[in-house]
Amino acid sequence: MGRLPTLVMRATADEGIRRHSQEVYPNESCGALIGCGEMVTEAVALPNTTDEGTRRRFCIQPADYIVAERRASEIDGKLIGFYHSHPDDSACPSQYDLDHAWPTFAYVILAVRGGDPTTLRSWRLREDRSAFDEQRVKLEPQDAIQSKVTSGNFR
Amino acid sequence: MATKILIPTPLRSYTAKQDVVEAEGATVGELLANMTAQYTDLRKHLYNSEGKLRNFVNIYVNDDDIRYLEKEQTPVSSEDTVSIIPSVAGGRKA
Repeated sequence: MGRLPTLVMRATADEGIRRHSQEVYPNESCGALIGCGEMVTEAVALPNTTDEGTRRRFCIQPADYIVAERRASEIDGKLIGFYHSHPDDSACPSQYDLDHAWPTFAYVILAVRGGDPTTLRSWRLREDRSAFDEQRVKLEPQDAIQSKVTSGNFR
Repeated sequence: MATKILIPTPLRSYTAKQDVVEAEGATVGELLANMTAQYTDLRKHLYNSEGKLRNFVNIYVNDDDIRYLEKEQTPVSSEDTVSIIPSVAGGRKA
């Protein structure tokens, strides 16, 4: 198995994920990662619509998934993956994460301890769906390319 | 006549990077079976080990979720567009 490419994340996207996850604590946050190649330039917050309890689950509905795809098209970029938080748990994927994962997407997980965002890690589903592999995350400071955190279609 | 199927981002690496493919079939079930016969690596991501569509895989005929139509028996024609739209779910350890 080849080594996974590093996921580069603009600092503003990282800050947006942390802020969103802090705001909704003790519930799980979720949203889309949009950018180009392996660089995340935007984190788009999306509604957590799970009916299994938002303190330990998240779900992004098809209509909100389409919001993310459209945003990627608007900036001539791509939908790189999704983020969610694990309140008072590690930034490692759970069996539930594994069971529901899509291939090729980056799954960024942020651990939030007592309301404070801590470790952020990124994972990719293995081709045979047996496990996730971790990929390195590198933060990239804001530069000349405008980067921002946008709000999704909250219902 | 073939029906168009829209492929979401995470599955395009299994359809030679195409975001639209075509397949034959009179029902959604036949259409998906013919599509996965052509693009075999799609199968494990769409179906579980029991051969059922995974519950986070949503299939729409035009604007309608097949769960509210006739599920995989929903008829399709060349005039329809079928979309595969992900639900994305997860969460911490229970």
